[in-house]
Amino acid sequence: MTLTTGGAAPAGPAPSYELSVNGVDRRVEGAHAGDSLLHVLRDRLGLPGAKNACEQGECGSCSVLVDGVLVCACLELAEAAVGCAITTVEGLAPAGGEPGDAALAGDVLTDVQQAMVEAGGVQCGFCTPGFVVAIHDLLDRDPDPDPLAVREALAGNLCRCTGYGRILAAVDQVVRVRGRGTTGERA
Amino acid sequence: MTVTAPDRLDDALAALRDDPSSTVLAGGTDLMVEVNYGSRRPEDVLSLRRVTELRRWRVEPRPGGGDEVVLGATVTYTDLLAPDLAALLPALAQAARTVGSPQIRNTGTIGGNLVTGSPAGDTLPVLAALDATVELASASGRRALPLHDFLIGPKRTARRPDELVVAVRVPVATGPREFLKIGVRNAMVIAVASCALVIDRPRRTLACALGAVGPTPVRDHDAEMWATTRLDWDRAGAPHPSVAEGFARRMAAASRPIDDHRATAAYRRHAVEVMARRALERAWRAA
Amino acid sequence: MTDLRSPPIRGGPAGGRVGDSPVRPDGTPKVQGRFAFASDLHAEGMLWGRTLRSPHPHARIAGLDAGPALALPGVSCVVTAADVPGSATYGLISTDQPVFAGDVVRYVGEPVAAVAADHPETARRALAAIAVDYEPLTPLVDADAAPGAEPIHPEGNVIRRIELVHGDPAATGDVVVEGTYEVGMQDQAFLGPESGLAVPDGDGGVDLWVATQWLHEDRDQVAACLGLAPEQVRLHLGGVGGAFGGREDVSMQVHACLLALASGRPVKMSYLRDESFVGHVHRHPARMRYRHHATWQGDLVKVEAEVVLDGGAYASSSSAVVANAARFACGPYRVPNAAVDATVVRTNNPPCGAMRGFGAVQVCFAHESQMDRLAARLGLDPVELRLRNALGPGDMLPTGQVVTGTAPVAECIRAAVAHPLPPPAGSGLLERPGGAGRTDDPGRTRRGVGVAVGFKNLLYSEGFDDSSEARVRLAAGVATVTCAVAEVGQGFVTIAGQIARTVLGCDAVVVEPAATTTVGSAGSSSASRQTWMSGGAVLRAARLVADQVRSALARRLGVAPESLVLTDDGRIVGGELDVTVAEAAGDEPVEASAVHHHRPTTALDARGQGEPDVSYVFAAHRAVVDVDPDLGLVRVVQVTTGQDVGKMLHPTQVLGQIEGGIAQGVGLAVMEEIVVEGGLVRNPSFTDYLIPTVADMPAVLATCIEQPEPDAPFGAKGAGEPPTISSTAAVVAAIRAATGVDVTRVPVHPWDLV
Repeated sequence: MTLTTGGAAPAGPAPSYELSVNGVDRRVEGAHAGDSLLHVLRDRLGLPGAKNACEQGECGSCSVLVDGVLVCACLELAEAAVGCAITTVEGLAPAGGEPGDAALAGDVLTDVQQAMVEAGGVQCGFCTPGFVVAIHDLLDRDPDPDPLAVREALAGNLCRCTGYGRILAAVDQVVRVRGRGTTGERA
Repeated sequence: MTVTAPDRLDDALAALRDDPSSTVLAGGTDLMVEVNYGSRRPEDVLSLRRVTELRRWRVEPRPGGGDEVVLGATVTYTDLLAPDLAALLPALAQAARTVGSPQIRNTGTIGGNLVTGSPAGDTLPVLAALDATVELASASGRRALPLHDFLIGPKRTARRPDELVVAVRVPVATGPREFLKIGVRNAMVIAVASCALVIDRPRRTLACALGAVGPTPVRDHDAEMWATTRLDWDRAGAPHPSVAEGFARRMAAASRPIDDHRATAAYRRHAVEVMARRALERAWRAA
Repeated sequence: MTDLRSPPIRGGPAGGRVGDSPVRPDGTPKVQGRFAFASDLHAEGMLWGRTLRSPHPHARIAGLDAGPALALPGVSCVVTAADVPGSATYGLISTDQPVFAGDVVRYVGEPVAAVAADHPETARRALAAIAVDYEPLTPLVDADAAPGAEPIHPEGNVIRRIELVHGDPAATGDVVVEGTYEVGMQDQAFLGPESGLAVPDGDGGVDLWVATQWLHEDRDQVAACLGLAPEQVRLHLGGVGGAFGGREDVSMQVHACLLALASGRPVKMSYLRDESFVGHVHRHPARMRYRHHATWQGDLVKVEAEVVLDGGAYASSSSAVVANAARFACGPYRVPNAAVDATVVRTNNPPCGAMRGFGAVQVCFAHESQMDRLAARLGLDPVELRLRNALGPGDMLPTGQVVTGTAPVAECIRAAVAHPLPPPAGSGLLERPGGAGRTDDPGRTRRGVGVAVGFKNLLYSEGFDDSSEARVRLAAGVATVTCAVAEVGQGFVTIAGQIARTVLGCDAVVVEPAATTTVGSAGSSSASRQTWMSGGAVLRAARLVADQVRSALARRLGVAPESLVLTDDGRIVGGELDVTVAEAAGDEPVEASAVHHHRPTTALDARGQGEPDVSYVFAAHRAVVDVDPDLGLVRVVQVTTGQDVGKMLHPTQVLGQIEGGIAQGVGLAVMEEIVVEGGLVRNPSFTDYLIPTVADMPAVLATCIEQPEPDAPFGAKGAGEPPTISSTAAVVAAIRAATGVDVTRVPVHPWDLV
């Protein structure tokens, strides 16, 4: 028995449309009309990185970028996202890479992903992909956020394991390393 | 089920004329929860995502003097936090900052907050205190309703099925504007009670609206007048304690809170009194 | 003593001995979103299962008609109580819970039927089409009334009562303080919903990939209900999105297997959050009446306690939870005389069972509140009072058991209070009570500081013969560890690798997926037991491998095995020879299995006396809060801790357990409660069941007290539960200090303070 993540469509009349996910146009067949973007990503397109902890926008575990904006995939009607550029955790590219080209290919991690692993920001891991996307979003907009700004920016992502301490340490690590890379002398 | 996603407002209105049973999708932060949990199964969905003209805002002079900001219906909470808009509507920005999470603020819209019409809708007390006007449009014309005529009950509005909320007109006040909200968590928390207060020194007016303590935002013109006539408009500094206390007591008396799993009615009434007093003192000091 | 304020970041996928902090081996797939959680799994031709649940807290089922559901296109099958071929009931300790309610439902959310269909939405519509005729009965929802009420279950309304009497029950002190305390119902709120994928094998058996805490126990319960031999039911661990006790009980396991066997197709079940809130047990709500006796000098003379836990409709692990509540009711102090009457009752409320801290959390809130009350009465500093009575090695507990291991209670207290106090709050909104809601009036803010100490046992107790099995194979320099531990996030997969590397001197370690098919039971990922029990099993197996390698090497070299010494860091040394075990092994595979048992314990006798525990673990917390006294809003500013860890095998993971456990303790103190009215959960969502966000978490400063526990592998004590036990009580003590309000219930609501 081989198990996969991501599955086949059930039978039944349903819309067919195309979504642009991680730089690739993906045909969505047989989805239920009311399916959320989260459901379509996970169960039609084989992209389980966005997680299904609450499906009501109260946990951030399904965080993705739609046209570059951080959103909860569970609150996006999939069919209404036609024409938008969707980026999931699977499509985050390490610095210098193009969306979708590296992360899926192997163990090449972005600096945020690397820091989350190294700092101990990962326990059960269910919140982790959402945090990774949200931290990228934050640090892309604000490369040197003050500690309260970090907390406010990440307050939409619940974690039940870590108490957030090591996740904040991971953010610090990325800020430090990125800062060194650009200015060479950050405090 | 079909999803229609027009680019132009006229097309959206035409679609709604042709199928008034359509469910309008703006940010989706309310609708999709109901869909995901099976409590709502929309037949046809009209998505406003691509109607870019609804995402804009502009400043216009008001007929009676002063300015007002015309906020397109799909202006998001994050948009309200941008410095230029926040400078014009600071209390609305303060309220927007308490909405959900960054993800929700990026998606949820001011029009959605209005049309959902939840008693706990965070922007509603601010809009009520500022005497905002809701603009509705249909294929056959436009109309504008004062907020209190638009919100007719908990989760009930005066919008007709063939109408869209297209904008909300929010007067730009000249004095301090305050928004306070009680939640027991620092993010993603539904208001237990909230309070918006606006002071206009030149016009010598005060307006206050309470959220989550009644079916719709609570205003009490008698309480406002009571305070207005007792405040010493020629002096700076703190308002006289008896005025602040009396005003807060009157606002609390005007509230109509309920007991539910989020808080007791008694606490809500108490909290409203504390918030109204603090809002007045804070605003008066800044005025 | 090691300070964890600036934990080192060391190691890589290949590095990391015991005591280092290597990265998690599953960290990379988890940050990439590629780690397969149970809810991520799919199989060819898969159906979706959903559960029909009772809307009534107590009702007779007069009839059920699944016909309309079966008539819907896309619906494959419906199963009910009539379709359970084996045992109609299951349970962790007592098998009192029906797979599906047959003639009566006993709580809101009790499963009545399940369907399998081609899409979750189809399944949802099918549930709505099942007609159930309920005849509502009067629900029993008051725990205090349960013992005298009409039994709502054939096994009665008292699940277990423990009357512990120690010393002289007539003893009295110079000073007596009394109090009544309550703890609300807390939820584990793990983020990964209950999920599993059942795949029929075509031969009457079934494979189930599932998120659980104990694969073999689930296997046995599922097989009994399916009427199958255990070998016909093969459980495999699906990725587990947190557990905290909430996955000890069976949830969707039997339902999914029944649907898979009935339909002949793979069936996936994954709960939505509202279903999760009724789909697993919660922390028991407690009502506790206490009376402490002490001398004028502050020596405890006697503790009297009456504890009532609401077990809800079914027993789950209630009988063990109440035993913990009884054994730890007096706190980590020398208490010469004690009378504890602890009862867990059955009601028509949601079933309660295991959650991190397991009975010790509730009584800790009560005994620590009492210690503060006593300190106030005596005019003593609360820290001094606790130090004066602190338990130590060789002391006797109220069960009559003498502490034979380490008990650094005083060290924990001193470490917790030695951390610097935080500066006054800054002006940032998130630093103020009320946060972004801007309600704060800085001139009104009151700061308070509180301290609490807690303890519990490690591992299973009361005579349970607990064990774990592991197998280690060394081939071509790679160690492969096979053990059925449920990795729920705690990091056993990291620890297993560290142990193997340390014993075998290798770099590369593979931890095999956990399953019932490859190795014997590892026991439950609960009771702070896996580092000790399964760590012990891996250690034993690795040592057997090392010993075999040494013997083989001695044979090759023609020397006596005793002339070669195995070092603690995985080398074989003798004369000129100094090689790692891995190097010495060469390419020929060497393999060994081992089962680790802890030393035997005994049951409690009729007076609650015995040797029920293997070992104890302690922690102290100091909390600093800022409170808006007019609005009752609390900002937890800082929590410091001294925690007894025995020995840290992985300092970063220990810190992660401490910070995460404190978050759950803070949550119980100020926001977390399942609100139940008339048996109905009013807030089954993350909208209304609030857990701390990163904007609510205080600064945490931790000091780990390293005193190796004699019996424990490497001397390490489990680190997961202590942070949750006394952090709640410390926060409440701080709130009392800030406000002067005598808070006696958690969570503390704003309206309790104004």
